[in-house]
Amino acid sequence: MLPHYFNHLFVTGTDIYIADVLIILTSLGIVGVLTYFKKWKWLWREWLTTVDHKKIGIMYIIAATAMFFRGGMDGLMMRTQLAVPNNHFLGAEHYDQVFTTHGTIMILFMAMPYLIGLINVAMPLQIGARDVAFPYLNAISFWTFFFGAMLFNLSFVIGGSPDAGWTSYAPLAGPTFDPGPGENYYLFGLNLAGIGTLASGINFLVTIIKMRAPGMKLMDMPMFTWSTLITSILIIFAFPVLTVALSLLTFDRLFGSHIFSMTHGGMPMMWVNLFWIWGHPEVYIVILPAFGILSEVISTFSGKKLFGYSAMVGSMVAIAFLSFTVWVHHFFTMGAGPAVNSFFGVSTMLIAIPTGVKVFNWIFTMYRGKIRFTTAMLWALAFIPTFVVGGMTGVMLAVAPADYQYHNSYFLIAHFHYTLIGGTVFGVFAGLYYWWPKMFGFKLNERLGRWNFWTFIISFNVTFLPMFLLGLMGMTRRMYTYPPGLGWSHLNMIETVGAFGQAIGMMFLAVNIVWSIKYGERDVTGDAWDGRALEWSTTSPAPEYNFAHVPVVYGRDAFWDMKYGKNREKYQVKAKPYRPIHMPNNSGRPFLMSLAFFISFWGFVFKWYLVGGLGLAAVFVFMYLRSFEYDTDHYISVEEIEHTEAAAGRL
Amino acid sequence: MTTHSDVNPSHGATLPSDPKAHHETFPWKHILGFVLSLVLTFAALGLVLSAALPLTAVIVSIVVLAVLQLLVQLLLFMHLTERHGPATHVLTLVFGFFVAFTIVAGSAWIMFTFHATVA
Repeated sequence: MLPHYFNHLFVTGTDIYIADVLIILTSLGIVGVLTYFKKWKWLWREWLTTVDHKKIGIMYIIAATAMFFRGGMDGLMMRTQLAVPNNHFLGAEHYDQVFTTHGTIMILFMAMPYLIGLINVAMPLQIGARDVAFPYLNAISFWTFFFGAMLFNLSFVIGGSPDAGWTSYAPLAGPTFDPGPGENYYLFGLNLAGIGTLASGINFLVTIIKMRAPGMKLMDMPMFTWSTLITSILIIFAFPVLTVALSLLTFDRLFGSHIFSMTHGGMPMMWVNLFWIWGHPEVYIVILPAFGILSEVISTFSGKKLFGYSAMVGSMVAIAFLSFTVWVHHFFTMGAGPAVNSFFGVSTMLIAIPTGVKVFNWIFTMYRGKIRFTTAMLWALAFIPTFVVGGMTGVMLAVAPADYQYHNSYFLIAHFHYTLIGGTVFGVFAGLYYWWPKMFGFKLNERLGRWNFWTFIISFNVTFLPMFLLGLMGMTRRMYTYPPGLGWSHLNMIETVGAFGQAIGMMFLAVNIVWSIKYGERDVTGDAWDGRALEWSTTSPAPEYNFAHVPVVYGRDAFWDMKYGKNREKYQVKAKPYRPIHMPNNSGRPFLMSLAFFISFWGFVFKWYLVGGLGLAAVFVFMYLRSFEYDTDHYISVEEIEHTEAAAGRL
Repeated sequence: MTTHSDVNPSHGATLPSDPKAHHETFPWKHILGFVLSLVLTFAALGLVLSAALPLTAVIVSIVVLAVLQLLVQLLLFMHLTERHGPATHVLTLVFGFFVAFTIVAGSAWIMFTFHATVA
């Protein structure tokens, strides 16, 4: 017998039909363009099978941008619904789905892949490595993330979206209260993407520990690389908790266990506990790399070395430690009593200290610097006050008795959007403008960049500043409509205007990218911004092997030192003759294996165990084949290196 | 048993004299570890399902089994006793214990206090 929701496989509704049509048109468009320009082979050989960290990074960034637009559309739909009281643009159930996918996509499929993408692009170059430690695994990371995100998004048109919030709290998300495939999509999509994230964490950690250029001590590393190191450790220790929690809830939903149920001895609050044991380190996973980007950008555009380097490292280590000791502040209202709540309230406030240290260090880096107001620097400058607002309201929320008032109100929504947009997203934009020439060989336009920046930052504040007030006036999150006469209507309308303003700001970014592909200033030097770290010492974009000679490093800010520093002469050694460079082979298996995972997990979402089992069997076949593969690497010949370097004018 | 295939040795750009030079031995350690980890897992499951022991005894037993499992993983799979270069893994291990302790002790504290307060 078929499951009862088989009849409802394809979701109905006007917006879904529009989405169906758009998905079909876009897919046809992509297929058409690839076929017309005979690009299928190119796509497969250059991108889908690549193990090159720079290309994988770019694919992460493209996927994250697509997800940013998807999550942004969800946000616009919510803001449209809430613009006026008693609105009927979305129904309650539909609204639930939209805020669930908005939150999940923005955190896991936008913020994380953006940062992991930038790490992939910049970190190996910063430490003078030729790739990450496990390039093949890196491809697996990307494709499991990609197919996890696709599985999650598929729910929109096939089966129905999850609707229990991005936190998916039990028992609401359990089989009793939430039947149907929606929550299964959440569980399997996140678990699939989680494989990739965990592998990335291990990969980056090993790369940084083992593959730094000769001479580069840990305390010589650029701050972005340091932030990657700390983030990787957080990923390695936090993500397994999410995997376990998701798997346990999957058992409840698929096999009828009672781990998080209300009855038969289940403990629904244990889900909340496990979710936030992962969830709190997770917010530092998405903020620390942004701190790293900020440190690079501010130091470069102030023309000064980073102020308080060791304090910066120390504060990140402190944040990493503390991030594992604060998780109850997400559920003070569970009612675990004064002892528990006080402990976690105080530990939360402690985090403000190392974060404050970092803020002052950025400011002192700029002090007496010769500041260049590029778009990247503007994002970095906006980051500081915005993040301080987000951080200070966070300390307010950490006061447990007061939190009973703020909890799940719009005050909280405003707080975390100030940290996640003002922190992570501004950091990502700074990183995109900063490393864009390194990725593609041309700069984004500064004038359009300023339009992008000013439209977005003003609209951002128009959207989220009133939310603090609305929260204090009693508006709670996740309500799909509200009656008139509560004094909320004007502020809600203002927020909606701001949300559309942000969309316009993003359009400027899109226009900027298209314009700059054609007319953008080409970076022929490789050193687009008079940079300080090693990524600027190679060409833009960097060749496949990154560095013809692996650089030898004599201290911090190696490339600055090479250009202007006291070790200038040491760096002026006569170029050795080139030697063949050992590189990993491309492979289609990461793509195909992740596709098999996707098919398998899609089967499990609908409890079609045959599809699920066959898909998993295919995954194991790919693992088996990989285990007995010996032809995994090749050498780039000296002639080819000479050819590449000559073409870049570096011979 | 690290095969060179997964490690990218692109660093030094030196040509190894013979890429297949590393000697292959049967991975007894890994087989043993695999069997032991399965035995330990199913022993824990069996203890819970059979319900033969009183609750406290079951909890103590599965905690002991978990610690044994940890040792199997660290010694037989994660090469705890081998090292090249600085002892970075010691730091990671210390942090690992810190996190494990925080999660287990913290969760127990939170959930027990919660049940005591609410029930």
